[in-house]
Amino acid sequence: MTSVISNDIDSGTRVGIDLGLSALADVPRADEPQKAKDFTSSQEVRWCPGCGDYVILATVRSMLPQLGLKRENIVFVSGIGCSSRFPYYLETYGVHSIHGRAPTIATGLAVTRPDLSVWVVTGDGDSLSIGGNHLIHALRRNVNMRILMFNNRIYGLTKGQYSPTSEVGKVTKSTPMGSIDAPFNTMSLAIGAEATFVGRALDSDRAGLTEVLLAAAQHRGSAFVEILQDCPIFNDGSFDALRKDGADSRLIHVRHGKAIVFGSDGELCVIRKGFGLAVAHTRDVDPADIVIHDAHTDDPEYAYALSRLSDQGLNYTVTGIVRQVARPTYDDAAREQVVRAKETTAGDLQQVLHGNNTWTIS
Amino acid sequence: MSSETTEPDSEQQSAEGASKLEQVVIRIAGDSGDGMQLAGDQFTAEAAAFGNDLATQPNYPAEIRAPQGTLHGVSSFQIQIAEYDILTAGDRPDVLVAMNPAALKANIDDLPRGGTLIVNTDDFTKRNLAKVGYDSNPLESDALDEYQVHAIPMATLTIGAVESVGIGKKDAERSKNMFALGVLSWMYGRPISAIEQFLEQKFAKKPDIAKANMLALKAGWNYGETTESFATTYEVAPAKLPAGTYRQITGNTALAYGLVAAGRAAGMDVFLGTYPITPASDILHELSKLKQFGVVTFQAEDEIAGIGAAIGASYGGALGVTSTSGPGIALKSEAIGLAVITELPLIVVDVQRGGPSTGLPTKTEQADLLQAMFGRNGESPVAIVAPQSPADCFDAALEAARIAVTYRTPVMLLSDGAIANGSEPWSIPDVDSLPAIDPRFAAAPHDAEQAGTHLPYARDPETLARDWAVPGTAGLEHRIGGLEKANGTGDISYTHDNHELMTRVRGARIAGIEVPDLVVDDPGGAADILVLGWGSSYGPIGEAVRRVRRSGHTIARAHLRHLNPMPANLGEILARYRRVVVPEMNLGQLSMLLKARFDADIQPVTKVSGMAFRADELHEVLLAEFAGTLATTEFAKTPAAVAAVVTR
Repeated sequence: MTSVISNDIDSGTRVGIDLGLSALADVPRADEPQKAKDFTSSQEVRWCPGCGDYVILATVRSMLPQLGLKRENIVFVSGIGCSSRFPYYLETYGVHSIHGRAPTIATGLAVTRPDLSVWVVTGDGDSLSIGGNHLIHALRRNVNMRILMFNNRIYGLTKGQYSPTSEVGKVTKSTPMGSIDAPFNTMSLAIGAEATFVGRALDSDRAGLTEVLLAAAQHRGSAFVEILQDCPIFNDGSFDALRKDGADSRLIHVRHGKAIVFGSDGELCVIRKGFGLAVAHTRDVDPADIVIHDAHTDDPEYAYALSRLSDQGLNYTVTGIVRQVARPTYDDAAREQVVRAKETTAGDLQQVLHGNNTWTIS
Repeated sequence: MSSETTEPDSEQQSAEGASKLEQVVIRIAGDSGDGMQLAGDQFTAEAAAFGNDLATQPNYPAEIRAPQGTLHGVSSFQIQIAEYDILTAGDRPDVLVAMNPAALKANIDDLPRGGTLIVNTDDFTKRNLAKVGYDSNPLESDALDEYQVHAIPMATLTIGAVESVGIGKKDAERSKNMFALGVLSWMYGRPISAIEQFLEQKFAKKPDIAKANMLALKAGWNYGETTESFATTYEVAPAKLPAGTYRQITGNTALAYGLVAAGRAAGMDVFLGTYPITPASDILHELSKLKQFGVVTFQAEDEIAGIGAAIGASYGGALGVTSTSGPGIALKSEAIGLAVITELPLIVVDVQRGGPSTGLPTKTEQADLLQAMFGRNGESPVAIVAPQSPADCFDAALEAARIAVTYRTPVMLLSDGAIANGSEPWSIPDVDSLPAIDPRFAAAPHDAEQAGTHLPYARDPETLARDWAVPGTAGLEHRIGGLEKANGTGDISYTHDNHELMTRVRGARIAGIEVPDLVVDDPGGAADILVLGWGSSYGPIGEAVRRVRRSGHTIARAHLRHLNPMPANLGEILARYRRVVVPEMNLGQLSMLLKARFDADIQPVTKVSGMAFRADELHEVLLAEFAGTLATTEFAKTPAAVAAVVTR
């Protein structure tokens, strides 16, 4: 019964989708310039003192005015967890939903409302444990939504159990002898699920985070953004290795079109090695061998190789926009089918109800 | 299907020599790969085109192709056609077509003595007989003496008839279902031109197969006409149904059409978020063919994603629908709770099947009523509507949408396997005269004094429906979610008084939904026994009541379409009767709800065999009630089951 309608569907031509479109193409623009306080709701923010979520909230509030969208056309959807309180603190439309399911709600919304900028806020437990299935399928379908995954490598709201991104051996309330669960490499997971946009930033890196968020906002498709975030109560200093002395030689910040060189003096770089990539001392390699970052390459192998440089020990962590490619979105295609059906099929409901075989009794 | 007429029971000879019948029940049975459902569908289409009233009931295994020739693999299709309005697909067949020994063995007990049995002898091989435990061929013994047996080598005749097409023997033999259909069409004087047209279309890309099927069909017809094995043909005259234009329709199709009509009536696009599950998948299939009406169907990664997306679509202002069966409802429970607390419109279709767990995927049951009522954490009321017949699924879907949109609530639409796949004639409504549904989206802040502050939980004083603002509405930006909402503002609230208030208001909103009063069928008003059913048992209860009345008893009947809230006059009606007999395909779930609320003498009648009630079975039940033995019989069922399993 299966028949392939067209094998050029990937090119976008068959489904009539302009791959050059911004995610914001159909979203009404604001009449006036906006400020961060325009996006600040009346709700008292109730995260713990010192929580990384505060700085993320501040960054998002100051990023949103830069998009210049009507406030009422922005929707934040979240799941359950500390980070999922996020929508309450933004003066936009918002849904604080149920554990792990935010991408599903965002999918229904994005498909039916192309005039909205849809954002999902989730955590490592919400999106990678209970909601893992929805995350990978949203990425696979490339639904037009931004998924901000706050990764603090711990369950905060339930008071300190290990999460699917916690390091092996981590001692928590539920793992007094150390965690025996192997963690996800989050970026590898997203790329493996066919994500078209993958980015990462540290909560405290306001400039880096803003750069990733602005690009994600405009990405037509599912944009996966991981934000490394500290939980001062249950996992304090989890990302200290990326913040304190020596962080320069651990953070591999990538920028499209630029050679991947890092360290306080650019003494480290990324080169090709075997089937993947490796970190090398810049002085030991021919400059021509240093990888030039290409976020736009369709082939996911490069992005995957890049993702593998990050590890649970935080010896190296890749940040920036790792992957940003165009692929038809599920919601555009779904709407296009409706348009095509309206063009090609009689829209007379009475006729459909009649079907082909009727009889009349008088 | 609705008017209550009585029918004569005699068989008369017509002028043309064909015996006139008021009604006949035909069951065709074969292997699940034998095309029994297709042959049944085509016979149905003929009968419908002829103007008979009809009702159909397929019965097929959960396995797509169960091992050939086994009892597990038997697939059957039953149709009742009549010249008067009928309520069911019939209890027992008058005519049984058995394509192999397994089909014979699985169905012969249902054929009454003297019934007509048409058998495909070619499949009665030693091996096939042994597979189902026949030591000897029943066709060659006196085992079938009490039936009128027509033994026909259908496969051989079919292969011979289609020889000229030049297809392989295996493909040729596949057309034997059409041969059987040809024989039946001849017996009941049906023209076969419409079937030929259908075959031409269905096999447009395989002209050889189309030709083979048509030749087999004709060969069957000619076999009936030329051989002397059939003494008479039969004629079932067109039925005198209320005036209107009719078509034949299954419950799932009618339900899908009802959803589209509801979207049109409300000016909302329909969004279906769903995951395939038997017996609900046809709703997805039908809706996915109706995108020209703005319908979006989303086949999700799982049941939860299906309902999540439907809630998201509802939040955006579409008519969000999710469809499933009992196991899917179990998975969706948490999300239904989210729609309850966020007070968003949502239609949750549960095409019930036998449970618990995976249970009986292709068999029917009404055992999700309490799950629909209570199957969520916390006090989590939803509205419940149950269609009573295949065609009624259209109206029930419209009613569910009306309630969901007007009151901003999830509505459970409790269909079941029997009406989902069963079919009957449907008097096609005029879509322009369907009542409009007004979503009354909030456009401005509710409270003028608090200009600029939208109160998403400000309520309509009549319906208690909250102010529903969809994204894109300027000035009404707000946040909703699964945490308890503060009255009015919808902010998070953990205060005790607020939770008490909101919980009671959520309950009152559902309890206050306006539903039509219950109508009692009590001719003469002298009955002291009421039969009260709900959902798909409408047909068999109605037929049983007719029979009871014909035998001189006085009995009242009523049927519940709204299970939550129940009609306001229900208590007053129950109080009028000395006893209330409640048949349902579960262990007494509606009875339990009634007993909890009303001071009435409720007598449950329970059945959980995966098969719908038969009219003759309910007829016996009601006679037992008159004889005063029903309570004892009903009470004995479970002890008997226990006794049957305790063997030590």
